[in-house]
Amino acid sequence: MTPKMTPVYESWDAARGAEIIAEHSKMEGATLPILHALQEAFGYVPEDAIPMIASTLNLSRAEVYGVFTFYHDFRAKKAGRHVLKLCRAEACQAAGGDALAARAEAKLGIAMGNTTADERVTLEPIYCLGLCATAPSAMIDGRLVGRLDEARIDALVSEAQR
Amino acid sequence: MSVRLFVPCDAGALAVGADEVAQALHKAALERNVDVEIVRNGSRGLYWLEPLVELETAQGRFGFGPVTADDVPSLLDAIIADKSHKLSLGLTEEIPWLKRQTRLTFARCGIIDPLSLEDYRAHGGYKGLTRALTLSPDAVIAEVTTSGLRGRGGAGFPTGIKWKTVSQTAADRKYVICNADEGDSGTFADRMLMEGDPFVLIEGMTICGIAVGATKGYIYTRSEYPHAIATMTKAIDIAKKAGLLGDKISGSNYTFDLEVRTGAGAYVCGEETALMESLEGKRGIVRAKPPLPAHHGLFGKPTVVNNLLSFAAIPFILDEGAKAYADFGMGRSRGTMPIQIAGNVKFGGLFETAFGITLGELVDDIGGGTFTGRPVRAVQVGGPLGAYFPRALFDTPFDYEAFAAKEGLIGHGGIVVFDDTVDMSKQARFAMEFCAIESCGKCTPCRIGSTRGAETIDKIRRGDRVAENIALVEDLCGTMKLGSLCALGGFTPYPVLSALKHFREDFGPRQPRLQAAE
Repeated sequence: MTPKMTPVYESWDAARGAEIIAEHSKMEGATLPILHALQEAFGYVPEDAIPMIASTLNLSRAEVYGVFTFYHDFRAKKAGRHVLKLCRAEACQAAGGDALAARAEAKLGIAMGNTTADERVTLEPIYCLGLCATAPSAMIDGRLVGRLDEARIDALVSEAQR
Repeated sequence: MSVRLFVPCDAGALAVGADEVAQALHKAALERNVDVEIVRNGSRGLYWLEPLVELETAQGRFGFGPVTADDVPSLLDAIIADKSHKLSLGLTEEIPWLKRQTRLTFARCGIIDPLSLEDYRAHGGYKGLTRALTLSPDAVIAEVTTSGLRGRGGAGFPTGIKWKTVSQTAADRKYVICNADEGDSGTFADRMLMEGDPFVLIEGMTICGIAVGATKGYIYTRSEYPHAIATMTKAIDIAKKAGLLGDKISGSNYTFDLEVRTGAGAYVCGEETALMESLEGKRGIVRAKPPLPAHHGLFGKPTVVNNLLSFAAIPFILDEGAKAYADFGMGRSRGTMPIQIAGNVKFGGLFETAFGITLGELVDDIGGGTFTGRPVRAVQVGGPLGAYFPRALFDTPFDYEAFAAKEGLIGHGGIVVFDDTVDMSKQARFAMEFCAIESCGKCTPCRIGSTRGAETIDKIRRGDRVAENIALVEDLCGTMKLGSLCALGGFTPYPVLSALKHFREDFGPRQPRLQAAE
């Protein structure tokens, strides 16, 4: 049931990339499924993959690049070893999420949207995990955590720093 | 002895430790040498009680909650000894919060094993499709029209009329799209249903496909919902293997196939035309309407785009008949609405009820006020594009027209509760900031206006020419309302203007907030 916890990614390999692209290329509107699959495998969408997608789907590189950059999810480079996403939407704000987000930023010494210098932790805002009745909420490497308080956010930060 | 327990696999329950509880139960059962079967059900929607463990008995299910892994040994001992436990809630069905509801769409959620077709059928599943297959497509559409069902995504457009338009448009291919891109903060009904009763959505979409002559359906949902995606995908596979999707559905001559597609963190893709662009593999840029999706939708083909909750209401309507559904509700808002109560609230969760209940009942009576124990000051209804309502408007009945009359909207049915520490100019600023982050960029008032709006509210908060800048924000909101193609730019003014109208005292130079009563 649970998605993979600590992500382990392959290193970029053009042949493997081509295989992933080919696997999804017959789908209707294949661009997003391909980008998702590449990121799932490599942890980001390598720049070299963009022209490969374009030629497979008979699109221009600009079109594929445009799609890649439009969506918040897709990364141009690898994230930190752990990704900590804190919900910053209204329900979590109402439940005290702003102060907890500031606390996480202070503990990690980075602002939202950044990775620590040791590349261990990427801290990101997320706009709603659908856990609004057990707010404030977070996601760490695909695992969900609700009813955050200071103790729980501290535990999450130390877990991410490991 | 043999014990049958239910521990939800709903993401909301997992986030507060349901997996740990299930593991602890397995371990404790082994240690005590008792035979324990653990069913992973969906959530009942009583989130303050999650993880809610239920015990099956001859009288019904007994609830215990909120259970932590540490409670498990004593809980299992109490269950084995048939004694009461400090977390005992009695019969789950008798909990007033649940008993007061009218669960039509969520009738099975939290009760069945989400991936058991047998469970689904035993609880009335696939009766709607069976009846639909005995009717002509036009008769199915007539049934939906008569039920009065209106789009549950927020716009409230009559579902039957949309279906009729698609059915009457000739094409070699037609599509059915379920908009499960539930991005509004304060909403989680789509997620709960995909995780707790996925077959109801499959059944509803299949009925739609048959009625309008479409052979392919897409469920477009969010990457933020990994558990929902996993459950939905498995359910589709199970339905295919059982002959309920694919060629010759249930032995009929109809073909209908389904696929889950995942968005990539763009809120604007919840707008139906941006959603279709995204499904086509493009940037999620809003299209101008007309042409309507019903005429010229996905890949240029006639397409039904409905909210998940609209499709999920269909099996009941076909099974029990249009009148049974239309008997609930008020005015032009027929049937039930799964309302989601969230934020700073004591008893948060999913409350499905007939339209007409007042906002005050929902917040004070059912929600029990705030969990911080402080007075409720504002509630935002309908997500980030919904208005903020003060207590003075708590007599507003939950109904499309009644909310519109008070310059608000019910949207997807989410209510976010704030206590008296909320700073409403900060909330208004966030509405503009969120619009700036999520704007697709097509319409200038949305793309640029949102950034200018946030900057101008910053000036107000600094005390810089407050009156002039408030007038400027109001004027800008007018431009955004009238000059944006979709609801993102068009409705961002709702939270901003409502905050200005009802909480004007918060707009001016901001002092560092006093930590009152501490």
